Amino acid sequence: MSALREIEFRDALREAMTEEMRRDQRVFLLGEEVAHYNGAYKVSKGMLDEFGPRRIIDTPISESGFAGLAIGAAMQGLRPIVEFMSWSFSLVAADPILNNAPKMLYMSGGQFGCPVVFRGNDGAGGQLGSTHSWCVEGMYSNVPGLKMAIPATPDDAKGLLKTAIRDDDPVFFLESERMLGMKGHVPEGEEILVPFGQGRIRRAGADCTIATWGRPVHFALEAAEALAKEGIDCEVIDLRTIRPLDIGSVVRSVKKTSTCVVVDQSWSFGSPGSELAAQVHKHCFDDLDNFVHRVHTADVPAPYAYNLEQEYLPNARKICEAVRAATYNA
Amino acid sequence: MSTPSTDTRRLFDVHRGAGAPRLASDRTPPPPATLKKWLRDMMLIREFELRCMQAYQDKKIGGFCHVYIGQEAVAVGCVAATKPEDPLVTAYRDHGHALARGMTARACMAEMFGRIDGCAKGKGGSMHMFDKPNNMFGGHGIVGAQTPLGLGLAFATKYEDEVMQNGRNKRVTLCFLGDGALNQGALHEAMNLAGLMDIPVVFVVENNGYSMGTSIHRGTTMAHDLKSKAIGYGIDAAVVEGMDVLECYWGMKQVVDDARERSRPWFIDLRCYRYKGHSMSDPRKYRTRDEEEAWESDDPIGKLERYMLENGVVTESETKDMWKDVKAEVRDCVAFADASPMPEAGELYTDVYMEPWGPYPGSSRPTFMGGAPNTPSFTAIDPKGEVL
Repeated sequence: MSALREIEFRDALREAMTEEMRRDQRVFLLGEEVAHYNGAYKVSKGMLDEFGPRRIIDTPISESGFAGLAIGAAMQGLRPIVEFMSWSFSLVAADPILNNAPKMLYMSGGQFGCPVVFRGNDGAGGQLGSTHSWCVEGMYSNVPGLKMAIPATPDDAKGLLKTAIRDDDPVFFLESERMLGMKGHVPEGEEILVPFGQGRIRRAGADCTIATWGRPVHFALEAAEALAKEGIDCEVIDLRTIRPLDIGSVVRSVKKTSTCVVVDQSWSFGSPGSELAAQVHKHCFDDLDNFVHRVHTADVPAPYAYNLEQEYLPNARKICEAVRAATYNA
Repeated sequence: MSTPSTDTRRLFDVHRGAGAPRLASDRTPPPPATLKKWLRDMMLIREFELRCMQAYQDKKIGGFCHVYIGQEAVAVGCVAATKPEDPLVTAYRDHGHALARGMTARACMAEMFGRIDGCAKGKGGSMHMFDKPNNMFGGHGIVGAQTPLGLGLAFATKYEDEVMQNGRNKRVTLCFLGDGALNQGALHEAMNLAGLMDIPVVFVVENNGYSMGTSIHRGTTMAHDLKSKAIGYGIDAAVVEGMDVLECYWGMKQVVDDARERSRPWFIDLRCYRYKGHSMSDPRKYRTRDEEEAWESDDPIGKLERYMLENGVVTESETKDMWKDVKAEVRDCVAFADASPMPEAGELYTDVYMEPWGPYPGSSRPTFMGGAPNTPSFTAIDPKGEVL
């Protein structure tokens, strides 16, 4: 056994794409600055050298055009990976990614599937202001026909992305610019495939279930450590995929803890968090000591000022407050 | 043989980029069997659409219904210029393209009726005709949305040739759009990418002069010279006559062959006219009866029929028999559609995902393709998981 290998989140994403492209010639990567620039965030660094310009394809700034190109290519049998520099920029490609990819199989009565992966940075970056800080899971998870994965650690980033590339359905893969430099253990030389619809217990606990995904997993773990000092023992579940949603793991946990806090970095109104809370209420109605408490991004456009942005996002303090409120009287 | 009657419209007005080779123009009339097939295909589309209008009035067909009457020469002439393996994609006025490409009238009408034997099991409807065995990639309802898809289909055929080496078969994609789609951003992004990446896609603008009720002069700049839209993207462009199937074929054949040979995109301003309204609810108050009559007197089916009679390709009794035969086929497809069951309630949840999970049982092919289940190549979802 060699020592545990630690790599950055962005390296894990690159390994997933590289391994899958070596394995399957139908897989290719396209997007803005993915080739010659080596990726706006260096996720695709070196891939042009290995695979050449026919498979690592720079596009002009034309999200609607190249997202639609990928969907047409997928209908013809290829397996494109589309990199959106930011999911915020996917809004100008809303018609192809929402109206075509997730509906093609249905509208064609089972004739044409769309095995395409759309991936890129989601959520607030560092003081990027309103237009560049979208958490698209709030809107996009509403659409049947797509799958959605939101990894929180490098090993899951690799395993979920490899699964996404092999999947025959369209997958929306949401990364976070804030996490690309995060290091974590990713086994070398092993085939890592993380199945969709299977949450991961990040911290076991008996008093309160915190259900979350993506970057807020780390805020939840930070909160759980703080709360442990107050004698509140939290169980943190990282759902990893939103569609499919592993409600079973959350229900099993809540039946044990009797309280639940959902943490979701999208806006609260009509969000994955509100859906999860509704499902927990339905399945755990007799087990809950309190209603499901929710921590979301503030219901305002993303601000620029550093202090306002910190207050806008979910954070450990807000999660602690929600857990205390949920477990009060418990 | 004489060429068919023509009017004052320029038949083939071409703009080529610097250094492009001369097009190989070949105006040899096709053999009699081909002409007969074209005539029958155009008759079939005409008769099919007339019966669609009737069935719509009878409330057998729901939603929106856009008929192709008047434009038959476009689909038939363009398809004739391609190979069966060339992908084709179009907008919502799509019954003509589906039939010209070889979809059975039964599968097409059953789809119109929303029945299980439709090409998309009744889940797509009039605007979404798909036929995988005939490389027909839809039928798309959002104006212009099919143009990046057409780009992608053509990209994929080129990728297969150049990266996967599975036969250098040099396919060309036909991507049809209406003149209304000229003003959608998606088309302009698709044209820029096609020009930039040398993609063998032909953007065929079926220029019937109206986007719904807005005449092209009221909605589109440079309406007198649409080629200029493509020239700005470095794409070769031409005007092709759409009311005469021979002219349409001769023009498109040069274009498709050139796109195939040079792996380059083309843009075609294909002049035609829809005799009926935009959809079934359109009273056509935005144009005059005189204008309609002028175009209808230039009818593409009558024109080919006359040409074939004059040149001894068919006799009058033969064309009468062809009409009879086509009418019988369309009567049969209406009866077939009427007798086909509505999709069972369980169909609501099929074909949402390839992979079965939660409430979704997976996907299967439509009955015209044998109805067998689609098998996902990979299981992404934990089969033991309790997911929603």
